Amino acid sequence: MSTPSPKAFAAPWEAQVFALVVALQEAELFTWSEWAEALGREIRPDDGPERAADYGAWLATLEKILTERGVTATESVATRTDAFLRAAAATPHGQPIRLENDPLYRA
Amino acid sequence: MSHDHAHSHDHPHGSDLSPVEARVRALESLLTEKGYIDPAALDTLVDLYENKVGPHAGARVVARAWVDPAYRVRLLSDATRAIAELGIGGRGGEHMVVVANTPETHNLVVCTLCSCYPWPVLGLPPIWYKAPPYRARAVIDPRGVLAEFGVSIPESTRITVWDSTAETRYMVLPMRPANTEGFSEEALAALVTRDAMIGTGLPDSMPPTAPEMPL
Repeated sequence: MSTPSPKAFAAPWEAQVFALVVALQEAELFTWSEWAEALGREIRPDDGPERAADYGAWLATLEKILTERGVTATESVATRTDAFLRAAAATPHGQPIRLENDPLYRA
Repeated sequence: MSHDHAHSHDHPHGSDLSPVEARVRALESLLTEKGYIDPAALDTLVDLYENKVGPHAGARVVARAWVDPAYRVRLLSDATRAIAELGIGGRGGEHMVVVANTPETHNLVVCTLCSCYPWPVLGLPPIWYKAPPYRARAVIDPRGVLAEFGVSIPESTRITVWDSTAETRYMVLPMRPANTEGFSEEALAALVTRDAMIGTGLPDSMPPTAPEMPL
């Protein structure tokens, strides 16, 4: 009844989040203990029930750490996210989505 | 590769990118620009955890301990080093502790804080391991959790729960199944399931694909 070889990631973005966290830990942006503490806080919101420590929680934890450490400002992440959404809308289906495809892109 | 298509696209629909996907791409591109990460290194990491690291490594460790009593002693006294003897180790396995099941004690591993898990031997954790019900109930009702996994442990066997952390990560050494005398190390490793090494399962008693009977 056990699942012999489950897929490690349910979607490509989960794998990307995992790899980002590992790479940043190896760049010594944080230790694994700091990461576990931050993730543990993220999944225990003051105003709701405990959540799963899934890759959505990893993403939220990562964004918080990056903001706290002054690596990426919330605003610049939001701006870049919007740029990728516009780039995707302007990219023909099946082709790689590049930031340059954003109609408002300026090099 | 040519960019000339045999037909023109009548429907110039854009690509779909969900908000979460766009957010992850935004982070990746900003961090790349700032020099924190190298996209090629990310691809290597994804390939490693998607295709190479997994419970088959832990199964090798367990099988070795079943056939080599001296290795078993080393594994239970200094797991990190004994696991490294088999060429297994690295991030998420810097300080491993292996706990052995016996007729008297069954061991169960959880991470009550989040999802700490021994990556080098088991790969990345299954979804249920990261979910609140398992995190909470493994500690307060381990026997009930085992029942849900279809595992019944004799009432006389005590259940010990181990809480993995970022510093110390646990793996269970299950008991060798009966009627496996004469099995090769490889055949034994094939009986060792991921759940058996977390403690929410037991090793298979027969190989998954019935081979010729040994002996």
